[in-house]
Amino acid sequence: MKTSYNLLTDEQQELRLMVREFADKEIIPGVKDLDIAGEFPHELYRKAFDMGLTTMTLPEQYGGMGLDIFTYSLLKEEIARGDAGFAGAIAGCFMGSLPALLSGTDYHKNLVAECLNNGGVMAFCLTEPDSGSDSASMRTTYADDGDSYVMNGRKCFISNGGVADLLLVFATKDRSLGNKGISCFLVETKSAGVSVGKHEDKLGYRTSATTDIIFEDCRVPKANLIGAECEGMAIMNRSLNRTRPTAGAGAIGNAQYAYECAVDYAKVRTSFGGKPICKFQGVGFMLADMYTQLEAARQMVWHACRCADAGVVDRKLFSAAKCFAADVGMNVCTNAVQVLGGYGYSREYPVEKRFRDAKIYQIFEGTNQIQRVIINSDICKD
Amino acid sequence: MNILVCVKQVPDTTEIKIDPVTNTLIRSGVPSIVNPFDAYALEIAARIKDVNPDSKIVVLSMGPEQAKAALKECLAVGGNKAYLVSDRVFGGSDTLATSYILSRAIARVEELEGKFDIIFCGKQAIDGDTAQVGPEIAEHLDYPQVTCAVEAVVEENRVRVKQEAEEGFHMIGVKMPCVITVTKPSFEPRYPSVKTKMAANRADIPTLTSADFTIDLTRVGLKGSPTKVVKSFTPPCKSCGVKIQEESDEASALQLCRMLSGAHII
Repeated sequence: MKTSYNLLTDEQQELRLMVREFADKEIIPGVKDLDIAGEFPHELYRKAFDMGLTTMTLPEQYGGMGLDIFTYSLLKEEIARGDAGFAGAIAGCFMGSLPALLSGTDYHKNLVAECLNNGGVMAFCLTEPDSGSDSASMRTTYADDGDSYVMNGRKCFISNGGVADLLLVFATKDRSLGNKGISCFLVETKSAGVSVGKHEDKLGYRTSATTDIIFEDCRVPKANLIGAECEGMAIMNRSLNRTRPTAGAGAIGNAQYAYECAVDYAKVRTSFGGKPICKFQGVGFMLADMYTQLEAARQMVWHACRCADAGVVDRKLFSAAKCFAADVGMNVCTNAVQVLGGYGYSREYPVEKRFRDAKIYQIFEGTNQIQRVIINSDICKD
Repeated sequence: MNILVCVKQVPDTTEIKIDPVTNTLIRSGVPSIVNPFDAYALEIAARIKDVNPDSKIVVLSMGPEQAKAALKECLAVGGNKAYLVSDRVFGGSDTLATSYILSRAIARVEELEGKFDIIFCGKQAIDGDTAQVGPEIAEHLDYPQVTCAVEAVVEENRVRVKQEAEEGFHMIGVKMPCVITVTKPSFEPRYPSVKTKMAANRADIPTLTSADFTIDLTRVGLKGSPTKVVKSFTPPCKSCGVKIQEESDEASALQLCRMLSGAHII
């Protein structure tokens, strides 16, 4: 049966099938135990590294795969179909490396390349306990001290926090400057004064090593400042214009798997005289809606990614794609649980995990409320 | 090491349907894969290359143009170069004709790629299940052969092969050049990477036709094949047996005797 995937190039289709097979054989079989334990899958990360999946967006001249945003997003969806948290580990490398690759010097780019090409992990450190959507209120500070900066503060909810080798950190020079005081740095986790704090015990997304990162008089070499001082927000926005279009892909991949489980179940589960429950309209219409929503969200994310690749920065489209995909992901996973009924609620079946994982997409990478603020502010500007 | 791996593209299903009129496989609508035993053969070759990085792996297949998809898969997991042998006159060849064509094609590929030290084949293809083509290639080339290998390690001028046998394993040293056919080893073939997949997708795979190498055309195709298929059929499913699982072995044995005696068998 032909699907919209048939419109992709041969290369994109083959890469997608390669990752799908990897997810089916390597990620999905072990993911239940990892989810319960809340463990980062180091072995899986190593395998993904061998396949080039952790360096997908690193340019070829720096030893990476040099994939465009669209193809990256396509493969991220397939990885998230395997496991949302694991896709997050790979996305963490993308988000952590991109500001350096877009706004950094050769020194910064080589630092990133050296980390990722050796199987290392990166993390994007922005959020703080009292500073989520409102980045300007951050409390992590840095001060000029001779040939280095001295950083102090605490970041929280950092994806890959517990396992990262290289951190991309936003810190403020002076809190009273708000957004205009924020600068962006590369900080090696092994530096003195960097420590990993509390591991979050989360509802879902449990294979992601989400932790606090604490800076205590951490000396950061001056060369590790990306761009100029106080340019942090501009650097972040330049990067977000490329990462945000892909943000919805994880939500779609996660929900796609839940949808597939629901379809498989509805075809074999019989009721009221041996009829498969997918033949009853009550269930059948739910499946039809799940498919429709998923495909709409997928096409929207694809469109946003293609715009990003073409250099068309449509901020409200990128936010809308993230927001819509995350809402669809939550909705589809909720309905997948419903189709499986009691089994959907049981840990014995895989959809309850998908339901728990789906929630994160409405919260991170800019909450869906913040996305709506952006969309509306652009609408009102037009 | 200069290594050749022979592969076949096969339908990906255990539910192969046979056309009742022509007695041949119905291939349409069935997705195609690299014959699993051939994929293992390639993995064993790739492991030799891992140890001897200056090795080269050439992959060869005979089949229609679509078989290039299988060759591309092989190029993504260790193959350096691939050739497809394809010609209408080769259609309908049985194993003897196929192995003859391949042996002639191998001679041509050796002119382009140099003499091969090892020729790997899968033990058998999952569609025909004859297990004849590999050994026959060895005979046509007059090379020593080891069948049913699960490991192969190159030592000086010979290959140490671990051969699966009914009673265990045989460790066999074989001089090169040689033919080795591979059965299921204890490991799985490697995954491709984004990079190898993209390179394979862009690779140029030359097609060799009967005009490209020296071959006696009376020995190929349907006419050149001594095997004649009289009838293909799906054997009837055996009815389910009786499973005896009592609390203890003794009780099970007693129950078995009781049943056999009751049926007047003992």
